[in-house]
Amino acid sequence: MFKIVEKEHFSENVVKMIVEAPMIARSRRPGHFVIVRTGEGGERIPLTIADADISKGTITLVIQAVGESTRKICALETGDSFTDVVGPLGKATHIEKVGTVVCCGGGVGVAPLLPIIKAMKQAGNRVVSVLAARTKDLIILEDQVKEWSDELVIMTDDGSYGRKGLVTNGVESVIKSEKVDLVVTIGPAIMMKFVSLLTADYKIPTMCSLNTIMVDGTGMCGACRVTVDGHTKFVCVDGPEFDAHKVNFDEMMMRLRSYN
Amino acid sequence: MNSTDNDMSTRDAKWREELRNAITAKERTAIPRVKMPELDPQYRVTCNEEVNQGISLEQAVLEATRCMDCPDPQCVKGCPVNIDIPGFIKNIQRCEFEEAARVLKATSALPAVCGRVCPQEKQCESKCIYLKMKKQPVAIGYLERFAADRARDKAPVPRTVAKNGIKVAVAGSGPAGLSFAGDMAQRGYDVTVFEALHQIGGVLKYGIPEFRLPNVVVDDEIKALENLGVKFIKDCIVGKTITREELVAQGFKGIFVASGAGLPRFMGIPGENLIGVMSSNEYLTRVNLMGAGLPGHDTPVIRGKVAAIIGGGNTAMDSVRTARRMGAERAIVVYRRSEAEMPARIEEVKHAKEEGVEFMTLHNPIEYIGDEKGRVCAMRVQKMELGEPDGSGRRSPVPVEGAVDQIPVDMVIVSVGVSPNPLIPESIPQLQVSRRGTIEVNEQNMESSVDGLYAGGDIVRGGATVILAMGDGRKAAAGMAEKLENLNK
Repeated sequence: MFKIVEKEHFSENVVKMIVEAPMIARSRRPGHFVIVRTGEGGERIPLTIADADISKGTITLVIQAVGESTRKICALETGDSFTDVVGPLGKATHIEKVGTVVCCGGGVGVAPLLPIIKAMKQAGNRVVSVLAARTKDLIILEDQVKEWSDELVIMTDDGSYGRKGLVTNGVESVIKSEKVDLVVTIGPAIMMKFVSLLTADYKIPTMCSLNTIMVDGTGMCGACRVTVDGHTKFVCVDGPEFDAHKVNFDEMMMRLRSYN
Repeated sequence: MNSTDNDMSTRDAKWREELRNAITAKERTAIPRVKMPELDPQYRVTCNEEVNQGISLEQAVLEATRCMDCPDPQCVKGCPVNIDIPGFIKNIQRCEFEEAARVLKATSALPAVCGRVCPQEKQCESKCIYLKMKKQPVAIGYLERFAADRARDKAPVPRTVAKNGIKVAVAGSGPAGLSFAGDMAQRGYDVTVFEALHQIGGVLKYGIPEFRLPNVVVDDEIKALENLGVKFIKDCIVGKTITREELVAQGFKGIFVASGAGLPRFMGIPGENLIGVMSSNEYLTRVNLMGAGLPGHDTPVIRGKVAAIIGGGNTAMDSVRTARRMGAERAIVVYRRSEAEMPARIEEVKHAKEEGVEFMTLHNPIEYIGDEKGRVCAMRVQKMELGEPDGSGRRSPVPVEGAVDQIPVDMVIVSVGVSPNPLIPESIPQLQVSRRGTIEVNEQNMESSVDGLYAGGDIVRGGATVILAMGDGRKAAAGMAEKLENLNK
């Protein structure tokens, strides 16, 4: 069970894995995530599902090595298996035709963004995607995103690829050039916070997908709690997607440092 | 008389009569109640070893002798699953330990668990005739554990059950699910249990600590169910990984939902999302299920030096005693009522006190204060006093105006209850749920508003004990079996 059938390095610390999980492949929708574990002493790590192939019974995960557990995951090779993969978890993305949707992703956030880009396009929206990273090598899934986007803007901090600047510069240029009905943002918390502040100025509805610390991922522990509109919400069962304008990102970033 | 295979243990059996007549009532009632051998408190806070060591064979036989073998045993009525208590106790007295275990297993799928975690003082033992004589009740719980543990050491008695080939599914492998699975397997059903987590056992694994209920005890009970033919599937969430419709399509004729208590409750006071403030579910799951702090386990856990545990239930006691074992120098239970109203078992409170736990009763937290990094460093507590009785019959706590203290803490574990897990109710729109989110069932047979879907345990009760959950499992098994048998007629 949960065998890795394909592994690809996007960059030194970012890998894509295609994993056998037929039941999850069948039941997942855009926005869903899984919890994986490697080894009997392994930690439970939440990962958003980037893609799925029902006929092959596989799901696609993109993992960035940031701590010990994610390093262990990234060290797995084709033919190895995860000890556990459970899901799909969370609420699926609400997909409807709203007009023009800007999908902006930073770092590995582009992976969970891809199925939303695809679904938004299939629902009849005009999709403008903005991908951002520190440098050229960290831009991932460009071709796949391009395939489902009407337009693609690439931003790098160092100007090594696309335009030089932050993701917010890219999003703002789109907002200034055409009417935007919805913004979807997935990436590091700090990036989502600034995208949210920007779109709040323009009063454009904005949805974000949060990746917090979790243990069980089924609503049991409450480790993932965030404050949304002044109320405590659980990312695992109430999310992972929320109205970005209502999320307390500062508290979320503080809680992400619980074990640092 | 019915010719059931219980005959050799009925009260009318000759051997039972002989045991009753062997000594006088005076001699019998003069025997003092057995004391449970316990690990020394100083030692046990340094490790996870089981605190209660279990009574010896000699102690068990003597304690079993105390039982009067009443003609109308009230203890049985005090047991949520109506175990034939005198039946198993008298078998202990005559040293037929396997038979004693068999009597237990006939009504309880998990006797080694119940013997450890049931609140006997509120159930069977509270009805014991000895209390009427102003003496201590027969130690039914200790004897149950003794008989169940003796049977655990032996190879399981092979049983042949005629299989009927009818598939039934269980969502959740906690006490309600396991009890249901055991009963249905004994009736010949083909039972599959789906568990969301990576270990079987539910709250028995993630919640109740090793020092109160060793995992090996739970695993042995699970193995016994596997021997009966029960199948277990981990990492599978009914309502998410597999839907009810898919289970029906796969030929499952009945589904029992025992998905347990999900969402931990918080109090909604300032600072509750600071680093170091967490639910008891999170704390216990990290330590018990994930092995946080053990070599070779990657899951981290915060180790506070001064830990405050909010609440007065068994989960609060489990959390505070775990905190002591994880290195907290001060571990304080903060409870808004007085000790008399505490819902925790008397034994747990006693054990906690022996282990150096402080009790700050009649206090309620009103705010947590964090340092510059957002880590909790202090809490403000409001002094309370008891007012008029509330809906639960307990005197309700009211704040004493102006009496607020601030105490330094670096870890807070909130243990003020749970709400039902929403995953399954959300996945079945036509399912009737209460305002609190619990699944509504017919109390006679535990069937929900959805045909063929039964439910029990905390998903129905909101938050209860292991044995009440097991009682629900039994009742649901009887209800579902009756319905399926009528369908097949």
